[in-house]
Amino acid sequence: MASIDYPLEHPKAEALTPEFSFSESLYKWVATVDHKRLGLMYVVSALVFLVIAGIMASVIRMQLAFPLNHVVGPDTFNRLFTMHGTTMVFLVGMPMVAGFSVYLIPLMIGTRDMAFPRLNAFGFWIFLLGGCLLYFSYIGGGGLSGDGSAPDVGWFAYAPLTEKAFSRGAATDYWALGVLLSGVGSIVTALNVIATTFCMRCPGMTLSRMPMFVWVMLIDAWLVLVALPPLSAAQIMLELDRHLGANFFDTQAGGSAVLWQHLFWIFGHPEVYILIFPAFAILSEVIPVFSRKPLFGRPAMVGAVTAIGFISLGVWAHHMFAIGMTSWSNTFFAASSMLVGVPTGIKIFNWTATMYGGKLRMQTPLLFCIAFLLQFLVAGLTGIMLAVAPFDWQLHDSYFVVAHFHFTLVGGLVFGLFAGMYYWFPKVSGKMLDEKLGKWHFWLFCIGFNMTFLTLHFAGFLGMPRRIYTYYPGRGWDAINLIASLGVIPQAAGILCFVWNIIRSSLRGIPAGDDPWDAWTLEWATTSPPPEYNFEKLPVVRSSRPLWDLKHPQDPDWKYE
Amino acid sequence: MFAHALNAYLQVQVPGVAERRITDIFKPMGTPGYAEREAALFTIGVTAVIFVVVAGLIVYTVWRFRRRPSDDSAQEPPQVYGSNQIEAAWTIIPILIVFVLIGVSARVIAGVENASPPPKALKVRLIGHQWWWEVQYPDYGIVTANEIHVPATPDGQRATYLELTSVDVIHSFWIPELAGKTDLIPNRVNYAWIDPRVPGVYVGNCAEYCGTQHAQMLLRVIADTPENFKTWTEQQQRPAENDPQVSDARNVFGSLACVNCHDIRGTPSVGKFGPDLTHLMSRRTLAAGVLVNDTKNLRAWVDDPQKAKPGCLMPSMKLNDQQLEQVVSYLQSLK
Amino acid sequence: MAQDNVIAADALQMEREWKLPDRGTIGVIFLIITETALFTMFVAADLIYIGKSLTGPYPKDVLEMPIIATVCLLSSSGTIVFAEHALRRNDLGKFKIWWLVTILLGLYFLYATGAEWHKLIYEDHLTIATNLFGTTFYSLVGLHASHVVVGMTFLLIVFITTIFGFPIQTQERRVKFLSWYWHFFDWVWVIVFTVVYILPLKVF
Repeated sequence: MASIDYPLEHPKAEALTPEFSFSESLYKWVATVDHKRLGLMYVVSALVFLVIAGIMASVIRMQLAFPLNHVVGPDTFNRLFTMHGTTMVFLVGMPMVAGFSVYLIPLMIGTRDMAFPRLNAFGFWIFLLGGCLLYFSYIGGGGLSGDGSAPDVGWFAYAPLTEKAFSRGAATDYWALGVLLSGVGSIVTALNVIATTFCMRCPGMTLSRMPMFVWVMLIDAWLVLVALPPLSAAQIMLELDRHLGANFFDTQAGGSAVLWQHLFWIFGHPEVYILIFPAFAILSEVIPVFSRKPLFGRPAMVGAVTAIGFISLGVWAHHMFAIGMTSWSNTFFAASSMLVGVPTGIKIFNWTATMYGGKLRMQTPLLFCIAFLLQFLVAGLTGIMLAVAPFDWQLHDSYFVVAHFHFTLVGGLVFGLFAGMYYWFPKVSGKMLDEKLGKWHFWLFCIGFNMTFLTLHFAGFLGMPRRIYTYYPGRGWDAINLIASLGVIPQAAGILCFVWNIIRSSLRGIPAGDDPWDAWTLEWATTSPPPEYNFEKLPVVRSSRPLWDLKHPQDPDWKYE
Repeated sequence: MFAHALNAYLQVQVPGVAERRITDIFKPMGTPGYAEREAALFTIGVTAVIFVVVAGLIVYTVWRFRRRPSDDSAQEPPQVYGSNQIEAAWTIIPILIVFVLIGVSARVIAGVENASPPPKALKVRLIGHQWWWEVQYPDYGIVTANEIHVPATPDGQRATYLELTSVDVIHSFWIPELAGKTDLIPNRVNYAWIDPRVPGVYVGNCAEYCGTQHAQMLLRVIADTPENFKTWTEQQQRPAENDPQVSDARNVFGSLACVNCHDIRGTPSVGKFGPDLTHLMSRRTLAAGVLVNDTKNLRAWVDDPQKAKPGCLMPSMKLNDQQLEQVVSYLQSLK
Repeated sequence: MAQDNVIAADALQMEREWKLPDRGTIGVIFLIITETALFTMFVAADLIYIGKSLTGPYPKDVLEMPIIATVCLLSSSGTIVFAEHALRRNDLGKFKIWWLVTILLGLYFLYATGAEWHKLIYEDHLTIATNLFGTTFYSLVGLHASHVVVGMTFLLIVFITTIFGFPIQTQERRVKFLSWYWHFFDWVWVIVFTVVYILPLKVF
């Protein structure tokens, strides 16, 4: 127990004081340093932002449903896609990463909290402050009284469009500072995750026995640590430009517009992996349990995710094939970008092999995982197409790219997150989610998603650039856009099923018990929901599937290690 | 207003040649487009095979190993932990595929990017502005906007080399049927080249988000037959038409703020912020390719540009009806 | 049953032998990694903008090598190690002396930076807005100096609480982490010095 240097907390006498006091319960949430409460708050705020960003996406699709439509004007449209993108990446994706990490990692490695519980709370609140600051731009952004507006520079905010000369008012400052603050939150949380996985594992849990989920989130935290500071640096430079008159991105004073792109994508491409890793992590837990087999090729999976964690730091300029780099640079970045597809492929193969020969329980979490596999396969292959630089000269900044990254981030990440939510909801709440509503949610969302984004690939082939608020008829884009817009309806219906499912099941779902899925990792060894101290006695493990060992004493895993 | 714009758009047809409005990247009409399609089709072929194999495997696995309702035994399936041979196989095969794709990319990248201009190449300087394109022909002394006239080259012998830069933010040159994108970046000069094989009008949009009216920043490449191109250059090189019939109108125009932003060669109007209007009437469209250039549109545009293109940098000058009439009649004399 | 006992005994043994790294150590190491990433970007921006200024003043006209300040900062890395050693030997008197020397060296460095900036701004009229040299110079040197200020704050907190009788020997671990942080910014200064002073003045 050398790793625990603070005393074990004993159960409080909560049951004896059944009177509910609002202020006390509010205080408990606001002042908490408990990783489970913080994890929940992360996920819930991410879900709130997800709904907001989803509404924005619906308005975008309404505007584009017909040529020369005028649901919203150009300014509003530009703000919508900027806020949609920024929200999805920084206020949905990143807090989901943090939320799943801080909720599950201490439970999975058999400890009582994160390495730095107060830093954990700081990370959450600074993230929330950043998010609120970004949205406050709707009120304060214009810089004049009564003239508020959100930033309209796109989520990657290319210089020099963000300079004072082209972006007046304070909207862009809200973007830079809001994202900077939420980035600080992500960095300290990543630091915390790394310290927790290195220093807090329960006895016997060597790195090689750590659950795959924890491994992936560890590499994820590493990527956050090395990839977010470039963005922070770029945003500091931007603010120096805007408020002190520095010339980093001022092309009139000899500054370089390309510097921003380099700094942004040195962050931006690893960021894509930062966002997709939680889905990898979730699949690596859900697929084995629902196939009733251990993860196929564990060492290869660890190797693949580590390889991605390093190769992905050297591929950023594939977002910049059109800026006129030399043919050598273009070739280098095309090559490195395709190489990062190899470890990604290994992961897909291993998940499939895990299912092969198993007994697949076709419940909602696994359905989302299977859809993930097929959709992420499409995303990976369109990614290969985009890595072929000459093809990318045509596809870059077209709707093909929009379709591609929605396949990774919605078809991949969001499907993975849904799988994770259906899987761990019983642990978090003690109630099962309703299976019938879950299947409705899955099919509606899956069909709607493919209606929207599968079709949009073809708009890219027909030369439709992204981020246009309107387009003219007769260019072959009309039908594609209409189908894509109609796809919003089933998606929204699916999300409604999900929200209703969560509300209904938390109120009167079937009690889950400690281990409803007959799973193998340590979080299922404690009660649902887990007590504040997680485990009465810290577990001792001998393999990567401690509960399997417990349930099959005749044939434990550690015999094969 | 939008119905009007739509109506106008549908009428934009170059006499004699059809405007190609379906900009399919798989039906290129120029060498860079062909090379890019070659790489694209090869990549699509390879990835399609991968998709069929892997997706087939996934679907087969799911179907074959799903738990049947009849199977209610608590018996767990055999616990398989992995296999190094299989891991090696699905590591090495993708690496080999990737190397083939890298080779193909490298060849096409070098072919398009490092092609040296033929001696007869036409040189054009394309300068991005917030929501319109300035087109300069340094060898001819021509300045125009939004429509690049180039000679069509059925044999590919006479390419057009473009020098791309910007005066404000980043824009991107993209004519899907002729060539992929190259960005127009301030304080930097990029190069691209096109060689349309068939006379016609090739449409493209600005492909890098550049602010409010990014959507309405259309660019046309008009490929003329060599004779027509020659006539066009000779006509463009002349200073502005000095039609005595509109001398009053010219004086009104000269007294308005228009001259601060627009250049009309041979007149006191020497502004540089807006498009050169010397031969406005030789252009087929207004407002960066979004309105057909006819009297009705011209009048509406001069009256209030913010109606057709909200947020654009040309303000409504609040002209009275008489001034408006005169400005339009003067502009229409600029053949 | 016998097997269960074996496993239980085995578990006790594993618990006893279970050793993991200290969370503070890991935390500081990775904090330094993430700070390195931040500095790398500013250094990179500085490198690509060397000699790209469109107007003067240029580095050769106005910049002087801050040799004394550099020597002070680098030697403070040594004195903080002496202080640490003294603390480990429980020699509080020596600890206070070396700690104070470290603080004074650091304060001199900050003073020298301030004086340099004062000269550049008021005599040479070089501000962050003047040209690319000003932009990169003030941002990189300023980023470093702001980190030195943070380190200095912590040094002062340790010193003042110790003077007032706080038992600093109980905090040996934290003093060690503070000294790592301090060493890190000394090494960053070596890089900043190379990029900001040596390269523009001696190479380009």
